[in-house]
Amino acid sequence: MTNTIGDIGDADVIMVVGSNTTENHPVLSTVVKRAVKYKNAKLLVVDPRQIKLTKFADLWLRPNLGSDVAWINGLMHVIIAENLHDKAFIEKRTNDFEGLKSMVEKFTPDYVEKITGIAAQQIIDAARLYANAGASAILYCMGITQHTTGTDNVKSLANLSMLCGNLGIPGGGVNPLRGQNNVQGACDMGGLPNVYTGYQPVTDAAVRKKMEDAWGITGLPEKNGLTVTKMVPMAHDGDIKAFYIIGENPLVSDPDLNHAEKSFANLDFLVVQDIFVTETGKMADVILPATCFAEKDGTFTNTERRVQRIRKAVDAPGDAWDDWKITSEIAKRMGYPMAYKNAQEIFEEIREVTPSYAGVTYERIERQGLHWPCPSQEHPGTPILHTRQFTRGKGVFHAIDYIAPAETVDDEYPLYLTTGRVLYHYHTGTMTRRTDGLNERAPESFVEISAKDAEKFGVEDGSPINVASRRGQITVRATISEQAVSGTVFIPFHFAEAAANRLTNAALDPVSNIPEFKVCAIKLSSAA
Amino acid sequence: MENQKPIVINGNRFNFTEGDTILDVARQNNIEIPTLCHLKGTTPTGTCRVCVVEIAGQEDLVTSCDTKAVEGMIVQTESSRVVASRKQTIKNMLSMGNHNCAVRAPHEESWTQYQLKVHAEDKSPELCPAWGDCRLQDLAYHYQVSGSDYSNVETLYPMEMANPFIIRDFSRCILCGRCVKACNEIQVNNAIEFGYDGDKKKIVAGDDKLLKDSDCVFCGECVQACPVGALVPKDARFDRPWETEKVRSTCSYCGVGCQIDFHVKDNQIVKITGAEDTAPNYGSLCVKGRFGFQFVHAKDRLTTPLIKENGEFREASWDEALDLTAKRLSEIKDAHGADSIGVFTSARVSNEDNYAAMKFTRAVLKTNNIDHCARL
Ligand code: SF4
Ligand code: SF4
Ligand code: SF4
Ligand code: FES
Repeated sequence: MTNTIGDIGDADVIMVVGSNTTENHPVLSTVVKRAVKYKNAKLLVVDPRQIKLTKFADLWLRPNLGSDVAWINGLMHVIIAENLHDKAFIEKRTNDFEGLKSMVEKFTPDYVEKITGIAAQQIIDAARLYANAGASAILYCMGITQHTTGTDNVKSLANLSMLCGNLGIPGGGVNPLRGQNNVQGACDMGGLPNVYTGYQPVTDAAVRKKMEDAWGITGLPEKNGLTVTKMVPMAHDGDIKAFYIIGENPLVSDPDLNHAEKSFANLDFLVVQDIFVTETGKMADVILPATCFAEKDGTFTNTERRVQRIRKAVDAPGDAWDDWKITSEIAKRMGYPMAYKNAQEIFEEIREVTPSYAGVTYERIERQGLHWPCPSQEHPGTPILHTRQFTRGKGVFHAIDYIAPAETVDDEYPLYLTTGRVLYHYHTGTMTRRTDGLNERAPESFVEISAKDAEKFGVEDGSPINVASRRGQITVRATISEQAVSGTVFIPFHFAEAAANRLTNAALDPVSNIPEFKVCAIKLSSAA
Repeated sequence: MENQKPIVINGNRFNFTEGDTILDVARQNNIEIPTLCHLKGTTPTGTCRVCVVEIAGQEDLVTSCDTKAVEGMIVQTESSRVVASRKQTIKNMLSMGNHNCAVRAPHEESWTQYQLKVHAEDKSPELCPAWGDCRLQDLAYHYQVSGSDYSNVETLYPMEMANPFIIRDFSRCILCGRCVKACNEIQVNNAIEFGYDGDKKKIVAGDDKLLKDSDCVFCGECVQACPVGALVPKDARFDRPWETEKVRSTCSYCGVGCQIDFHVKDNQIVKITGAEDTAPNYGSLCVKGRFGFQFVHAKDRLTTPLIKENGEFREASWDEALDLTAKRLSEIKDAHGADSIGVFTSARVSNEDNYAAMKFTRAVLKTNNIDHCARL
């Protein structure tokens, strides 16, 4: 997030895009709801489903799946046409405005209505609402990133925010909500194929030299590595021979699971480190037992870049070890000594090689976490990014055209499927499905369908339904719901036995390599 | 500062800012005024009357939580009239419902009868679940009050246990309304409200539904806000605070990173509560963070390394499993090159764990093939 969670409460307008906030980030959603109910903030929700937040919204736009670039360009068209953009900000802080301006010219409200299904008047209303406020905050989640055009979607939201001078101010910003607890930290720590900690590129010779010196080695690899979504197909083709998997369960969370399973079966060696035997673990050659968050010391970094402590509260079961200790022991056996006394010692090394974390210490975050960048011990941390300038000096507008989603419906597969989470479960369900109460509230997978579609396809509420895509089939119970929009069904992805990702499309966004989870074409048939 | 004005509390002058309540001014100056119904961050209602104070020149005592400070006001927070009023308030509360802790006049004859009735209704021989962690009990001790006349307390509404997380015990509800504030003004879930009138007054969910059939999302904000034993976490009903140790940590589910307190008893997590004194959540949690911790102690947790042989897993020592892993990774690296190996690190494990995985991948395996499933 460019801003903090608490800061959302200071926004005049909050625009929530592709985020079912009350279910996926419940406590953050309370800040949004309080702002709307008690502080007169206006709420603009953009989501294909009638999520709970729409009840609080002043305006709800319901775009066709995969049409985000079009409606965002439409908003910008109106803002520029009505002269509502922040000229001073654009002049002083940004480049390439003219390119954006000519791109959005054709995105008239009428044109956008044809692509997105959003009424032209609503596009105009939304543009005025967003642009006329003092500070407008944008919140977005997987609904915007899990598309073949995900990177375009994110850049488009940044365009919109810059256009109205909403970056670097309290109550503004562009705020991605991280799904899993430590996504931010995993990225910050260089758990990515192209960067070391703090986003220092692996292709930069000076950075490599610094890391080599710090680690007492030579010959760090110079090329960017591969993303998960590239590695899995390469395993299928035999170019990747071994995976070391720590705390992930790709055989539920990966797109096009049937294909992924074949890839894993093809490996020479698979080692899985986790707290349970997961679907992925079952395929492993070696399983290594790890401690869970309640059994270890360390830090997580939340979605607002706040580095916070976790503390050991109970002993680990049996002979489970901390993940870092297991990894270090493998390293040692491969001829490189990685010997740490405890998590804090590792954190001290992280500070040394990571400028944005250099000022964060366990002592300083004993009572309350700090927001990076925090370059020195005297630095108070950075709750709001880009207050004076962007990381690269000036903000760049990207002229982005609309591209239709990779898969569209046809006569055989007449409905769109979108996937996501429910309140009572988390990710692949490994943790939440071991809590009886959560299972009682949400015992099984389901397909959420509108009353109109249910009638059209002869689906009865509560009846078992086969859902098939071009890639696979699962059987789930039908739930007829007001939340669903006609033409699109929703299936949560937590349930391994009816894994929604048997259906989803592995087509990737060309830059981020995020698969198109949010759009795929399916058909329904009765399973009774 | 210019917008500050003086007020006199217990003989001392204090400045206040326009809009402050008497309670605000007192708290800013470390003067303790007891409260029950007042919930931080919500609009005060003046319901319980425990916070009453005496203002010179005013006949009636006023509730300090919802009375604004006015320039020149002379306030007494513990005058004999105030204390007498508080005692009566507390006594009334203790005298209705199943407050079967020892503060409730054990000398009276019908005590045994009363205890047996409560035990039957609780289906447990324990004292009230809030024993030792109860605002009302604290106040009763502080003001040396005991209840009386409990021969005719009838329990109007039966206890509700019909959901996996929260026990609603209407017999112990003092109708302070903190839960309503927590639900409506903090979480904005709008699931509960005051219902019925007079003696029948009750906290209702929707049109008096069971919680599980209402709009409740089981965030548990109301449980944390309840000052007595009327809303209790089902799994930790009789876990007493002196038996548990609190450990501050961070929730491990979503990216909000709520700050939590584990309540640990005999090496087991028995309860999680939201940390009230710190960002980002200031005490709030959701159902997963508050109630979703059973997995930690699940019976099928991995406890030892496993090695697959002929398609079956067998238990192995750490040395054996680590040696095998190191050997196979080295062999594959030598035979097919470093880039034939991939590492999936995790958005679930700590920064320190991620760093170790990152360093291992790059410095030991010598590949940049490291990623995690954040994209997914
Ligand atoms: S658990 Fe949460 S939603 Fe349910 S009544 Fe309590 S505060 Fe309201
Ligand atoms: S349930 Fe608890 S918080 Fe709610 S009114 Fe009763 S005593 Fe107060
Ligand atoms: S308590 Fe809920 S909102 Fe808070 S971090 Fe945990 S899962 Fe997220
Ligand atoms: S705390 Fe003031 S009336 Fe209850």
